Amino acid sequence: MEIISLKNLTKTYREDSIEVTAVSDITLSFAEGEFTAIVGPSGSGKTTLLNLIGGLDAPTSGEIVVNGTNLARLSSSQLTDFRLWNVGFVFQAYNLIPVLTARENIEFIMHLQNKPVHERRKRASELLQAVGLADRAKSRPSKLSGGQQQRVAVARALAPRPRFILADEPTANLDSHSAENLLEMMEKLNREENITFIFSTHDPRVMKKARRIITLEDGKVLRDEQMHK
Amino acid sequence: MILSLAWKNIWRNKPRSLIVVFAVAVGLFGGLFSSAIFIGMVDQRLSDAIRNEVSNLQIHHPGFLSNREIADTIPGAQNVLRQLRKDPRIKAVSERIKIIAMASTASGGAGVKINGVRPENEMKVTALQMKIADTSGSWFTSGRKNTIVVGQKLAEKLKLKLRSRVILSFQSVNGDIVYGAFRVEGIYKTYNTSFDETNVFVRNDDLAALAGLQSQQFHEILVSLYNDNTTDQVVDSVRNTFPHLETMGWKELMPDLGLMAEYTNAWLYIILVIILLALSFGIINTMMMAVLERTREIGMLRAVGMSGKKVFLMIMSETTFLSLTGTLAGIIITVPVVHYFQLHGLNVLMFAKGFEDIGFAAMIYPRLDADSYAGLIALVMLAALLSSVGPSRRALRLRPVEAIRTL
Repeated sequence: MEIISLKNLTKTYREDSIEVTAVSDITLSFAEGEFTAIVGPSGSGKTTLLNLIGGLDAPTSGEIVVNGTNLARLSSSQLTDFRLWNVGFVFQAYNLIPVLTARENIEFIMHLQNKPVHERRKRASELLQAVGLADRAKSRPSKLSGGQQQRVAVARALAPRPRFILADEPTANLDSHSAENLLEMMEKLNREENITFIFSTHDPRVMKKARRIITLEDGKVLRDEQMHK
Repeated sequence: MILSLAWKNIWRNKPRSLIVVFAVAVGLFGGLFSSAIFIGMVDQRLSDAIRNEVSNLQIHHPGFLSNREIADTIPGAQNVLRQLRKDPRIKAVSERIKIIAMASTASGGAGVKINGVRPENEMKVTALQMKIADTSGSWFTSGRKNTIVVGQKLAEKLKLKLRSRVILSFQSVNGDIVYGAFRVEGIYKTYNTSFDETNVFVRNDDLAALAGLQSQQFHEILVSLYNDNTTDQVVDSVRNTFPHLETMGWKELMPDLGLMAEYTNAWLYIILVIILLALSFGIINTMMMAVLERTREIGMLRAVGMSGKKVFLMIMSETTFLSLTGTLAGIIITVPVVHYFQLHGLNVLMFAKGFEDIGFAAMIYPRLDADSYAGLIALVMLAALLSSVGPSRRALRLRPVEAIRTL
């Protein structure tokens, strides 16, 4: 079932009065349960594409439809709500809230959704278990390794039960062992819970795990391959 | 959770937050303590003015206060006194003859106001007898005729001692200039040197005989109340009962003091507003820095769906917590200090002369009510709210997509 549809998507920026095209006329669709890697060299438009899909940035032209909703028609506050209820973000630099514990970080977005305390607690415990950090629930980010922080970030992204997770270079700051563990965990969640993952990467380990690889170059789709595993 | 996050956020940079807390605490302590001193001074001045000088209210013949005509005595004074004594709100009344005169001794002369009093009644209304030191005589206890109680300032000016002779000269009710010799029986000293310099007290009967007045004729009735706060009510009811007389409360008799009493709280709030205004700049600066340092984190919060309203609430709560922590620290320092000096007094004897020249005591008993602290907290909340507008706007202006990229 298709959940994201991009039609003739273009994004241009002005930098020092020079127009830069980050994403150029991209038409793509993503189905529920995909485990898709967007790859390409630096500056190919991976992050811009993820930002557009996540409603963090507005396209210069073209259309982004998520679950039948055209994001271009949403106001700023509606977009905030859209992100809160539909998208899970995993950032390259983890971006956890340093003064909150792992559990509180995971609960935070559910709090923004006004979920009741008992539901938040239950879901956070489940996710800490799922990412293998049940014993680090009360640790603050500064007491966790990079790999553990990124696991918490994934758990936080999953907490509000979003329609899909967007991960921008999730393994870029991790050592190979942590990256391997994180990928296995994400793949497991995708396989067992049918959670849609779209991530940008140029990490070959991530590409190996992906079932679909979209290659970008100069803001255009160079290849869109289904990997048979 | 937003409030808990806000609280935790302010302690991210402990030294910086503690400096703000310290600045707020010290600033407010300064403002509160100086206000407490001012309020204490006004309290003492009011109390002295009511107890020693004007009492709660006074009744005169209409026009007496502006013309000072010796013939303008209160008509039906005995009836007025009788009626007043029936009022349960009234503690005591005292009748006075008041004459402007010249006091002369071998050393010189001075213009004075002679207060012809019934000593036993006057003692119930004013506390002047308490202002006579043990070595400075007594309040008409000698039983001798033609004795006088003078203020220390006048005594110094005319070089008067106990049992010194002083000549009082004034115009009698018949228009003749009359002279009377009086022996000093007591020398009083209040905190108001100008009062001490100009007011002398003699027995009513002695003065009446000299002035040609009947023994039942008076110029002034002083009324002392059980509760100072009922002054306005009693003034109104006396005015209604005796519309042909001029009745004035202490606020009208001493308008400068009335104004001072009226505006003590305003003074407190003016000081606090100025201090909070100055502190607000420090608070705004701190919060601006906090927002700047957390650009990426705030961008992330916006990206994951935190609404602008909640970001504003978070920044506003941080500003409020920071300010309130400083305020509570300020109150914790102020309460015991004010309480200590309220009990033991703040001695500023080195400035005694200057203080007493304007009617204030050199021993100050600072005072602050619970209302003042409550008002302060309300003001701080308001200042915090206003201070949070700038940093919050800055946070809200951040575009998540750009903020996340910030290093």
